[in-house]
Amino acid sequence: MKIAVCVKQVPDATVHKRIDPATKRLDRSGEATLNPTDLNAVEEALRIKEAQGGEVVLVSLGPAKATDSLRKALAMGADRAVLVSDDAAAGSDLLGTCRVLAAALEREAADLVLFGQASSDGDGAVLWAAVADRLRQPMISQVASLTVDAGSITGKRQTEHGYDVISAPLPAVIGVSDAINEPRYPSLKGIMGAKSKPQESLSLADLGVEPGAAGEAGSETTVLELGSPPSRGDQIKIEDDGSAAQKILDLVLERRLL
Amino acid sequence: MRVLVFLEHHEGQLEKGGLGVLAKAATFGNAAGVVLGPGASDLAARAGAFGAVKAYACDDDALAVPLPQPRVDALAALVEKTGADAVLFAASVLAADVAAGLAARLDAGLNWDLTDLALVDGELIGKRPALGDTVLVDVGWKGSPRIGLVRSGAFDPVETGGSAEVESFDFAAENFSALATLIEQTQEESSGPSIEDAEIIVAGGRGLGSPEAFSLLEELAAALGGAVAATRAVVDAGWYPYSTQVGQTGKNVSPKLYIACGISGAIQHKVGMQGSGTIIAINKDPNAPIFDFCDISVVGDLHQIVPKLTELVRSNRA
Repeated sequence: MKIAVCVKQVPDATVHKRIDPATKRLDRSGEATLNPTDLNAVEEALRIKEAQGGEVVLVSLGPAKATDSLRKALAMGADRAVLVSDDAAAGSDLLGTCRVLAAALEREAADLVLFGQASSDGDGAVLWAAVADRLRQPMISQVASLTVDAGSITGKRQTEHGYDVISAPLPAVIGVSDAINEPRYPSLKGIMGAKSKPQESLSLADLGVEPGAAGEAGSETTVLELGSPPSRGDQIKIEDDGSAAQKILDLVLERRLL
Repeated sequence: MRVLVFLEHHEGQLEKGGLGVLAKAATFGNAAGVVLGPGASDLAARAGAFGAVKAYACDDDALAVPLPQPRVDALAALVEKTGADAVLFAASVLAADVAAGLAARLDAGLNWDLTDLALVDGELIGKRPALGDTVLVDVGWKGSPRIGLVRSGAFDPVETGGSAEVESFDFAAENFSALATLIEQTQEESSGPSIEDAEIIVAGGRGLGSPEAFSLLEELAAALGGAVAATRAVVDAGWYPYSTQVGQTGKNVSPKLYIACGISGAIQHKVGMQGSGTIIAINKDPNAPIFDFCDISVVGDLHQIVPKLTELVRSNRA
């Protein structure tokens, strides 16, 4: 079983994320990490591989420095990584991104494509559906438990009204929920081994994607203006030194909430 | 601006979310509702009472179960037939997948998580809070159709008492669209006191560390006279019942006081509780996104703070 996991490098949680007012794009210059919920997708892929054998390939679109983040998933146990990195792809919206990823995934011809819950920067939680449509494959999203049998996959997922169990033949595209598993920590052996695992870097031309199909030229949405959201008012900050409970009660009483 | 609004339905009722978007779209001119699935024609007629001048219905059996891919086929056909300028959706598990699939199919732009829409000089503009709602972005579309996913609860339905002309339409399904099949569907029944009516809510997330830790929250809620709620992550993990889930696939709540314990503050949770009066967040991670939208931030171990707070509340009330 060949499993492709789509992953993304995002600004680290400790970085104050900002949109560059000049380019109206996310400032990606600071400390970066692998998108946290992508780890659930990597973990699930590794579990399937451990049960059934096969290969786990990471597929990503991002700047050249994203290789650092991909190494973390290689250290967890993924076999190799494919990074599409091209200046002409920078600033891709959903449409541009799904064209590039679909091209990279077509090249891999995986039996199963996994996505994590949502990126911590874009927060769309929709990319799998766009990619599945491009690949013309069945898709199941928000999957909280997954079983893979010979030639088919079954996922259980939560909706607004309860739980659905959905089945599809392979190849298929799956978006997993962050409730599906607890991602493993890389072992020391895994971390050492990751350095020698194959990392391939591809341009749009390598994939046969026209420059005008990705990046800002290939995007159908625009960012017009940046503003400040309505504020909730001043925030009271408490760091617990043993007195937090008393401080909370005082504030609750002061605001007549009891 | 000819706008199509996807109207989701459940158990013979049009969902509030889609009707809210319809109310907004009706302010831009001729808004049409779209209802898909067996029984759609009857439901579509009801869209008129909520601002639609026209309603498109497709009763095809391929749309009987709530799976996204056949709906992409149907909407793509309808956009082609009507030449619609925009297709708008109220966010839901189903709608998000349909909207993104449709964007890919039609090479159209999708903007998501919209909290407002406006028509400025004839052009559609969306408001989208981004980066944990730290920035409010005005977003646009380069061409037609403009596809938009509206954040849960952004617009309320408005009963206009009008009527809509219902038109049926057909579509040809793609062969890959029918490959995914629904093999089981379980409805969750609510039980116990409703979190929607509680004035005080104590909510727990993955930071509790274990299902057993919910007892700490239950004791605090009992002392405060409130109810206990949970995030999707812990409900999915089986720690707490689905009926207590707050957020996009759960309930929207707006109590006077919301105490979030060990909740990171994912957007899917936020949309269900941001209307609360006072939000107190207790989390050991100072970078947790929930600290960006609470009134009182408490960095510390909830396992220490919550039992202490329970004791203090009890002695205060005694």
